[in-house]
Parts: sequence; structure tokens; C-alpha cells
Amino acid sequence: MNKRSLWSGPYILWMIGFTVIPFCMILHYALTDRDGAFTFRNLLAMFEPVHLKAMTVSVEVAFFCTVICILLAYPLVIAMKRLGLFGKSYTILVLILPMWINFILRLLALQMILSNNGVLNHIFSILGLPPHELANTRTAMMIGIVYDYLPYMIVSIYNSVADIDDDIIEAARDLGAGSLTVFFRIILPLSVPGLLSGIVMVFVPSMTSFVTANIMAGGKIQLIGNIIEQEFITTMDWHLGSGLSVILMIFVLLSMAFTSRNDPDYGMSKIW
Amino acid sequence: MSDVILRLDGISKSFDGKQVINRLDLEIKKNEFVTLLGPSGCGKSTTLRIIGGFEKPDEGCVIFEGKDITALPPDKRHINTVFQKYSLFPHMNVEDNIAFGLKLKKKSRSYIKDKIEYALGLVNMDGYGKRMPMSLSGGQQQRVAIARAIVNEPQILLLDEPLGALDLKLRQKMQLELIKIKKEVGITFVYVTHDQEEALTMSDRIIVMNKGIIQQMGSSKSIYDEPQNAFVADFIGESNIIDGIMKRDCLVNIQGVDFECVDVGFGKLEPVDVVIRPEDLTIVKRGEGYLDGTVISEVFKGAFYEIVVKVSDYEWLIQSVNPAAVGSIVGLTIIPDNIQIMHKPISEDAEVIKDE
Amino acid sequence: MERLKNFISKAYIFIILLFLYAPIAVLIVSSFNDSKSRVVWGGFTLRWYRGVFESDQIMDALFTTMIISLSASLIATVLGVMAAIGISAMKKRSYKAVMAVNNIPMVNADIVIGISLMLWFIKFMPLGFMSVLLAHITFDVPYVILSVMPKLQQMNVSVYEAARDLGANAVYAFFKVVLPQLYGGILSGFFLAFTISMDDFVVTYFTKGAGVDTLSTLIYGELKKGIKPEMYALSTIIFALVLIVLIVVNIYSGKEERAVIDH
Repeated sequence: MNKRSLWSGPYILWMIGFTVIPFCMILHYALTDRDGAFTFRNLLAMFEPVHLKAMTVSVEVAFFCTVICILLAYPLVIAMKRLGLFGKSYTILVLILPMWINFILRLLALQMILSNNGVLNHIFSILGLPPHELANTRTAMMIGIVYDYLPYMIVSIYNSVADIDDDIIEAARDLGAGSLTVFFRIILPLSVPGLLSGIVMVFVPSMTSFVTANIMAGGKIQLIGNIIEQEFITTMDWHLGSGLSVILMIFVLLSMAFTSRNDPDYGMSKIW
Repeated sequence: MSDVILRLDGISKSFDGKQVINRLDLEIKKNEFVTLLGPSGCGKSTTLRIIGGFEKPDEGCVIFEGKDITALPPDKRHINTVFQKYSLFPHMNVEDNIAFGLKLKKKSRSYIKDKIEYALGLVNMDGYGKRMPMSLSGGQQQRVAIARAIVNEPQILLLDEPLGALDLKLRQKMQLELIKIKKEVGITFVYVTHDQEEALTMSDRIIVMNKGIIQQMGSSKSIYDEPQNAFVADFIGESNIIDGIMKRDCLVNIQGVDFECVDVGFGKLEPVDVVIRPEDLTIVKRGEGYLDGTVISEVFKGAFYEIVVKVSDYEWLIQSVNPAAVGSIVGLTIIPDNIQIMHKPISEDAEVIKDE
Repeated sequence: MERLKNFISKAYIFIILLFLYAPIAVLIVSSFNDSKSRVVWGGFTLRWYRGVFESDQIMDALFTTMIISLSASLIATVLGVMAAIGISAMKKRSYKAVMAVNNIPMVNADIVIGISLMLWFIKFMPLGFMSVLLAHITFDVPYVILSVMPKLQQMNVSVYEAARDLGANAVYAFFKVVLPQLYGGILSGFFLAFTISMDDFVVTYFTKGAGVDTLSTLIYGELKKGIKPEMYALSTIIFALVLIVLIVVNIYSGKEERAVIDH
């Protein structure tokens, strides 16, 4: 340890106090019952049908939402690049400005738009299309989740595409590549770091966004986040809640290991 | 003329209202090594990018083998580029980089394999096929970039300051290799550089540009020996450029002394620019030359001495194999053949720029 | 062809922005709606705006949110800058270990962060303002470190040594030479931390206990009874303020950029 690294002392103590110890606390609760006796029951509870179903739904929803975010974000980034919007300071600001309005209020407004007598069905009726009863459905919930996390995916991919040297794209064009080849052979492989950090930033929160599920699906759909929240707030079985949280954490770590060995650096740190 | 492969016809281009190229006309012949030479911002790179298809000219057209290709995107042109920053695809190994263009053309696997082998041999990179670009030195990366362009058998190869990022020794070595590669593959090279030595070494023909206008075109020798204006004289090699007055044909007055020269056709008593190369001046004993002056500095440069002699208010630069003592008074002489007389620039555009 | 592609690009960007901003437009319209019903237009009014300043509950929550976000991001910035300087000097293995722990709050689900902190706080202190503040600092610091670290790695270390060589003591050299080079990263780290604190609901929800409310938890509490229109008014005000600030900053920095290019 040299002298300069001592500067990190206060934060390392902080991390031990507020990241490592709480982490151990949750493990402790997960592995004991109300009487303090050691048990695996809280972890195995994940395999009870209710919990298993919530977990399956969560993974499904998170998977589809992540894929939709990717499919929406890439064309946007490419369109922005086409129109020369890269490197302009307002580009990113326009994307993250909505974050300054509380997300619950934004979701409520989105719900108003999607509701049975809302703006969307109004437009549908003008266009002569049949109305869609979207409110309180799984589709509405997924629209809500995509709405929540799409900016993160866009910013992640944007940052990694911005790191690709224009010369490299021109070189590919020069060697005979058309727009599609340039995208699949050059831009996509070179923006994988941003894509991966985007996936981490969208997938994990999607699984646990219990507020979004409550608002957009009207409490009809239980994500794993809803179950955990209820164990702590309503049922007050902290041991069971901790057990499910630990399983969730393992899941998150596995998906992290699967997607990347690098920092989630591409997304948020470059916003400002 | 049937051996013209590429013609630029009245090309103009501006960025943000700033004129970069001004009605440029240019013809490039088949199998020629043409160099666009000029200071940064002179429009040479933009000219190259217009030929490559990366920029569209505001006016004028690009004619390739008799066909107008101005609107054609880069991937549809039989022209390939070697970029200044190598621009290898960082996620592909050397072989995949070289094979990129060939795979797009749906060539057979055995053809691609042979081509890679041939190209790696051509640029002296045998055995590097599986390496990633990041693990190569700058010089090696540039060799791969050249190989990647050449395997596509372009009609014209564009090179945008390809040696700019290399150190002096490697640059000199690569210059010779480029000439060798050019001979071997027999295609037209259009080369962009701001390094006059590089241009003089390699080119069949040099095009000196400044402020988006061609200042002079010609062989290395004619550009060096007979610069047509003060900009070219100053940019190509070191020169003494001094005001003179043409007394009559073959007689010019410099610093109050009449010099015999070989230039004719100037107006009587016309003010002119006189260019004299440092190596053409000879130091003689005091009173035996045209001018007398004081030696104010002497630097040994290896092959010669660089000596500065002050004559009234002008400091003459001289390259001489013999030393001269600082502070001594010497004479300067020159043979008439080596005095180059130029008209004074009329427009501001042709004025001497010393921004490098 | 080029034109068509450009048109499609513009249209696509427009559609995505419409998706992102349509709910905000609905919110803003609702804030001027004289009907308590969210779907019926009852005429234009400004009374919800007056209501914002008359509601103690909203003003309290706003005040708490601002104080917590501001102090958490300030403390996190100091802590994070020091940490980044220290961590960047570490050997590879300890560097990786510390950064791995540092990343936990960022990659983990926020519900797990909230719960683990709650379980720990309950052991030794009452849940309330302090626990929320500590929790916010905890999830803010990693973002500050991530913002500052790249600047540190770009920084020329010899500049600090040069300052010392020229007679500056360690403190002077730090404030006059090192910090100015990190300025951009520190500023963006601070704003990032502030934004994330302002927007947080889940961690606050689990660590706040009874009695303390930020805007997020207040809104969540109102969900069942129906959101008070004053909230829409407040959001509109905040949105307008942020928009103005960003536009001003943007014009200012745009001018600076141009000035740099001109020289």
C-alpha cells in the first residue's frame, strides 16, 4: 500500500459499514428462522409454486423488455449518427430530461394515455381502428418497464457507438460494405461493451420493478420484486423475504458474469 | 487522352462557409504515382476524400474511366483508401481484416486464402495473419492496412498521409517499400502528404496545393528546381527568397548588386521574387563574390555546414561542405543557372504562408 | 435514396421522443386542469400551482428531498473523489477487489440494497432522516467514482510532481493542480449523484421509517387515494426549472466550445 491509496480509507470503511455488513445481514436473515436456528427453508421457498411463478414471469418480462429496448435503441442511435447528432451536448440531455420528473407520476400519465378511454384509444378511433383494452394488462406493464429503462439502454449504446472511430466505418465502406454490412460487421460487434452494460442496467431492474407492476398492471401481476416487498411490508416475514432476495442476488450475479467481466461504466457515468 | 483514369472537373467544396477547395481541375493518368502536397488545411485531404467518395463536392464532378461517379458511394467505387490512422477493425485479426473486402465480393475461400498470403508477403508481414491489430506496432498496422486495400485490386489506391504517425527512420524505410509495392501491383497511387521530402522521394508527379488551389504541378525535379511562385519555393526545401528588380532580360538586381541570370520575359524594372537554394550559394574570399557579408552562425549538420551570412539587413542561408568562422567577412557567389526569378504574387491566395 | 433514409431517421427519432415525452405532456396538461378527474378536461386553472405552496405536506416532502439529495450528493462527491484518487494508486489486485465491491450497489436490484440497509439500520438506529441520508450516500458514491476515475487515468501524474518540484506543498499542489484537472469528472459525478438521489424511490421507501417523506414516497402513498393535482403542478415547475437551467448551461458551454475552436 502506498501513501496515495490511503486516500480511499474513509470510503473503504464506508463500504464495509454500508455495503458489506448489510450484505451479511441479509445472508444471516436468509439462513435463519424466527428462532434464530439455521435453515435452508427460506432459500428453498423459491421453489414454491407462487414464488416460482413470480420468478418465471419476472425473467420472461425482463427478457422481453430488454430485447425490446435493444431493438428500439439501436435504430435510434444509428439514426442519430446518420443525422450528425453525435457529440452535440444536447443529444443526451434530451434523452435524460424526462428522468427529472418523478417516475411514478410519469407512469401514471402513461397509464392515462393507455387507459380504455385514454389518448391512445382516442387516436385509434379517429383512425378507425378497434379500441385496445391495454390498461391493467401485462402488455401495459411491459410498456411501462420499457418506458422506465429505455433511456439507459439508449445512452449505453450511444456511448459505445460514439467511441467507434469514424475512420473505421469509412474504411469498411471503402472496402465495399453497404449500410447493413457496416452495422452487423462493424458497429454491432464494436458496441458490445455498451450493449452489455445496457442489458445489465435494464434486465436487473426490470425483474424487480414492483412499483411499475402495481401501477401498470393494477396489482394483477406479481413480479419477484412484488413478492419480496410484500414479505417485508405486509406479511412481515423478513427471513423469507431475505431468502428470496439472496436467490435474486445470485441470479443477478450470474447474469452479470454471463454478460460481462467489465464495469457497468458505459451507461450512467458518461451521461453528464 | 485514353490513359487518363481519373479527372476532377471544377471541384469546389466548403465547410461551414469556409472554402476548402476552389474550382479544382486535375487529371490523373493510369499507373501514375501522384502526390498532393501542401500544408495542413490546404484542401489535399478533402480532395482525396472526394475521390474516395466520403465527401460530395458542392460543385464539379469526378470522372472515373470516362464515367461520372460523383454521386457514387464509396462502396461502389473501384478505389480503395489507406487511412492515416490505419483504421484496422479492432475486433478482427489481421487475416479477417484483409479478407473483409473479398468476402463482401463473395470470392471463393481458396482465392481469399491465396490473396491473404500474397498480400502479407507483399508488405513483409508473413506469419502475422492470426495477430490482433492492437498487438501490432504502428508500422505493422499500416502494412496491414495497405494489404487490406490492395487485395481488392482497386484501379486507384488513395493514401492519406499513411506514414504520418511513424518515426523518421521507419518512414524512410516504408517510402522505399511503397515504391516497391507500387511497381509490383501496378496500380495508380494518389498520395497525400505535407512532408515535402516524402513527396520528392516517391512521386512521378507532385501537385502542390495551398488554400484549395493548385500552385504547381510537375515532376519532383521541376518542382524543386523551378518553383513557379514564392509559396512553392518556400514550401519545397529551404530557400532564400529575396526581393529583386529585373534590370533587363538575364540581369537582376539584388541588394543593389547586378546578378547575371537566365530568366527572360519580365518587364523592365519589374519587382520580382528571387529564389536561391542554400546549396547553390558558394562562399568565397571577401571581395571575390557578388556580395560581402558577415558570418553570424555556423552549424554542423553532418553532411554539410549550415551557415548564415548577413548582408545588410538580409540573412542568407548557405549549405557548404567547408566551415566558415563566425564573425569573419566573406564573399558570396552563384552561377546564373541557379537563380530562379518569379513574378510577385498578384492575389493574396498565392502569398507565402508559413503556418507549419 | 439518401433523402428517404434521412426522412426515416428523423421520423424514427421523433417517434421515440414522442414516446418519452408524451406522458410528460399529459402531466403538464393535467396540472392546468380544473377537474379533479384525470381524464376529463374541466377548464384552465392555476389553483393547483397556488396549492403547491399552501400544502405543508408537499412543501415538507420537497424540502426533505432537496436536503437529502443535496447533502448526500455533496458528501458522496467528497468521499468518492478521495476514494478514486486512492483506488487509482492501488495495485491491480486490490484495485479490482475494491472496484468489485464498489459496483455492488450499482448492479444489484435496488430493492435488495434497500432491504439490506434497512435490516442493518434497524439494529442500531431508528429509521428516519439519518438512515435515508446514509443510504443515499451509499448508492451515490459509486457513480461519483465512475465519473472521476476516467479523468484520473487520463491525468498526467507528473504534473503533481512538477508542482511539488517547483515548491508547492502537498495540499497546495492537490488543490491547485490535481483538482482542476478532475473538475469535469467531479462535476458530472455530483450531478449524476444528485439526479439519482432525486429520482430514488425504492431505497428511500425501505429505509425511511414512519414520519419522513420524500416526494417519491409521498406520491407512492397517495397512489391508492388518487394523486393530488398539486403534484402535477410541482412536477411541471421542476421540469420547467431544469429545462431552463439545461438550456442556459448548453448555450454557455456551446459558446465556450466555439471560442475554443476559433482560437
